Amino acid sequence: MHSTDIVDLENLRDDIPEFGPGDTVRVHVRVVEGNRERVQVFEGICIARRGDGVRASFTVRKLSFGVGVERTFPVHSPIIAKIERMTIGDVRRAKLYYLRDRIGKKARVKEKRF
Amino acid sequence: MANKAIVAEKVGMTQLWDEENRVLPVTMLRVSPCRVVQIKTTERDGYTALQVTYGQKAENKLNRPEAGHFSAAGVDPGRRLVELRLDDVDGYEVGQELAADLLEAGELVDVTAVSKGKGFAGVMKRHNFGGQKASHGTHRVHRAPGSVGACATPARVFKGTRMAGRMGGTRVTTQNLTVVRADPEKNLILVKGSVPGPKGAVVVIRDAVKG
Repeated sequence: MHSTDIVDLENLRDDIPEFGPGDTVRVHVRVVEGNRERVQVFEGICIARRGDGVRASFTVRKLSFGVGVERTFPVHSPIIAKIERMTIGDVRRAKLYYLRDRIGKKARVKEKRF
Repeated sequence: MANKAIVAEKVGMTQLWDEENRVLPVTMLRVSPCRVVQIKTTERDGYTALQVTYGQKAENKLNRPEAGHFSAAGVDPGRRLVELRLDDVDGYEVGQELAADLLEAGELVDVTAVSKGKGFAGVMKRHNFGGQKASHGTHRVHRAPGSVGACATPARVFKGTRMAGRMGGTRVTTQNLTVVRADPEKNLILVKGSVPGPKGAVVVIRDAVKG
């Protein structure tokens, strides 16, 4: 409960799936180019989730042509068309910043087995 | 001075999305409808202002002067009396209600409140001094102000020299804040950016002097 809920609740989205650090996610981002709008997909490992309510955000890291790229999105942002959770990661911490220092095979996250 | 003004209570900060889907930081102000209790005029009081009250206060919590003041005006007693200085009080009458629809989205306003008290603060926090070096022989003076004056001439420290001391808890006005939303049904006004004071602070919203 926040004191600002009376306005915040209008801006919360209920179509965001459950996901957490270690999961591979596919974020469909609305990109506006002039008058045209198209959807771009940003796929990578979610390395952090922070905040709650309307202020919540998450960070996705991927390798693009050998260079690490990270994007932080507000969870409830209207620019997100859709979030897909591809795999569930088996990780032991909430923030996976250690992945930034790892290269190649060591930079992988184990998939969770049930 | 201002052409219109209203009293509100600071609820807190949150964020919205603007038309380009960017984050828009806003402060939420609760505007309970204000009732005009007294109108101050130049002839009678030497200045023009509206004395207003808001909220409710039980009859048995009022002292006699308060009770007499409210009953003389014929207005329901409220939580406190606030004076709103205005250029022109023509058209206002005792008992009239002011609500959030006084303002509309896009307008520029000034917001006045008593800032958060910071206690006894050093010069780095209070006056944005640079402090001293972290190392190279600096000994226990990292956040100290340094020199406060010269030697035998003038042989004293000038008045007004900035030093450590009490900070905050003063009346502060933030100018030219944009009204993002004014909602008379929910009794809310949202302004872009921050507003002085803690949550629950009584703030006065006026149309911008320099707007």
